[in-house]
Amino acid sequence: MSTLGHTVGDAVTVTRRNLIKIKRVPDLLVFTTLSPIMFVLLFAYVFGGAIGSQNTGVDYKEFLIAGIFAQTVVFGSTFTGFSLAEDLQKGVIDRFRTLPMAPSAMLFGRTLSDVVNNVISLVVMGLTGLLVGWRIRSNPLDALAGALVLLFFAYAISWIMAYVGLIVRTPEVVNNASFIVIFPLTFIANTFVSPESLPTVLRVFAYWNPVSSVTQSARELFGNTNPAFPPPEVWPLQHPVLYSLLWSVAVLVVFVPLSIRQYQRTTSR
Amino acid sequence: MSDAVLAEGLTKVYGKGERQVRALDGLDLTVAEGTVVGLLGPNGAGKTTTIKVLTTLLVPDGGRARVLGTDVLGHPAKVRSTIGVSGQYAAVDEYLTGFENLDMVGRLYHLGAKASRARARELLEQFDLADAADRQVKGYSGGMRRRLDLAGALVAHPPILFLDEPTTGLDPRSRLGMWAVIGDLVRAGTTLLLTTQYLEEADQLADRIAVIDHGRVIAEGTADELKEQVGGERVEVVVAHEADLDRAREVLSGVGIGAPVLERRGRRVTVPVSGGAGVLVEVVRRLDDASIPVSDLALRRPTLDDVFLSLTGHASASPDDTDADDTDAGDAGGEPGGVDDSASRRAGPEPTTSGKGRR
Repeated sequence: MSTLGHTVGDAVTVTRRNLIKIKRVPDLLVFTTLSPIMFVLLFAYVFGGAIGSQNTGVDYKEFLIAGIFAQTVVFGSTFTGFSLAEDLQKGVIDRFRTLPMAPSAMLFGRTLSDVVNNVISLVVMGLTGLLVGWRIRSNPLDALAGALVLLFFAYAISWIMAYVGLIVRTPEVVNNASFIVIFPLTFIANTFVSPESLPTVLRVFAYWNPVSSVTQSARELFGNTNPAFPPPEVWPLQHPVLYSLLWSVAVLVVFVPLSIRQYQRTTSR
Repeated sequence: MSDAVLAEGLTKVYGKGERQVRALDGLDLTVAEGTVVGLLGPNGAGKTTTIKVLTTLLVPDGGRARVLGTDVLGHPAKVRSTIGVSGQYAAVDEYLTGFENLDMVGRLYHLGAKASRARARELLEQFDLADAADRQVKGYSGGMRRRLDLAGALVAHPPILFLDEPTTGLDPRSRLGMWAVIGDLVRAGTTLLLTTQYLEEADQLADRIAVIDHGRVIAEGTADELKEQVGGERVEVVVAHEADLDRAREVLSGVGIGAPVLERRGRRVTVPVSGGAGVLVEVVRRLDDASIPVSDLALRRPTLDDVFLSLTGHASASPDDTDADDTDAGDAGGEPGGVDDSASRRAGPEPTTSGKGRR
């Protein structure tokens, strides 16, 4: 129908606008590509020696990559909130809201272009990983599935960040606030260490933390696990892909309508 | 002529309890099709809030509004397809080129790819931006951004245009440029509601002016009608020789609508008059018949500044106060705060006029 057609067309128009911006703002491109490289190198060589394969079953660089991927795409999704707050501040959202476009198109366009952003990050990190010794030990299809679990989860987080951006309204505050939440969220997990080494409370949190299951999914699908080191006997980590997808879908079901509603009543002050 | 815009009893309250601010307090407004109405008021008077309600951005707490007969609250999507809006900021995308900005707006109006491109080029030409069309907007001057933003509002040939402080923050030269562009649109028959804190701007561009303060329209009429409310015009004669003063007063009595007033030190006689410039001819003829040499003669009309001061008890902003610095951000951030501000000034002199419709 033409309404759906318009929504898709509008979302494509908005996505294109956001992608042009990635291309033209060098800082942004540097952030998207350099900081993942920095993370891969930093963790591989700073922690690699200290943690080692005796705790993880595989070479630490192989263990690490899925964790860094997860952390980076989750942080990447905060860009959604930052950008929306910025558009709100600059009056761009006011302009869009007075156009006869589909209200959801702005948010679909935004979240979609942030997926592109995350894809670029994944590619750059993957190449850097290959350089320092990470290998995909499964097959290309499984590896692709691993990347999709990561991207889908990050896409869901984007919608939470969209809601936050539209409520908080100040790009810098969105950044700082999300840092405080996301940093622990991606560290109290199996991203960089095995959760067994954590104190009880943190360990339970890490077991049920969806970032852990996303990381575990990617690790298994990339073939970066050792059968002699099975994941902890908790349901989320025994069924990481299913648990990750459940989380992603649940977040989308709640935050897509919530964010669209917020968008429709948000205006610059 | 039907009403293109009709607002009745709009109210909008921000905040709660003690800090509650009535941004709109029963605002009534009409804009007849094909006319330009200037919404004139100081910062925080409710101008931007009014525009936001009429352009579907903000849901009011009370009242109703129609744009071209369509209920703004009931059918916002339909309203959006008939309006063009240019806000207080130039809401253009810095990292896109001028062409890309307008092309994007065209696509979002669903004009189609080809028509959007053609319309974008056409508007860039019309707004004297053709040379800068393929440069990123971040290199544009403030005046160019505003012109591009205005062009964005015109992409779909909307029958009604809303401009919120189109020249705030522009230097005098860019302001004149914007006035010229808006003047062209008006001559082409666009219905326009514009807000401004500059009396001069309302005088220049608007057919009718609604003076707004504390979220309510406190006076409405043509610029001339508003000026008349404040006491109308007067002829000032400065005679060459002080000895002629009393004779001049005699000669001029009866020419105006009140008794001439003498001001000996300035050798000046002031007569309140009505009838505009025609009365000047009569004054000159009488002085000439009586052979009274004159060193200065002027028809003085009250400025809109006088109007504003007498209506609200406080002065309006003058364009010169705010020229170079970027006042829009402050104003936008401070709409509710601005109301607070003027509320404290309410303790000042009582307005000499209040209530809509006083003629």
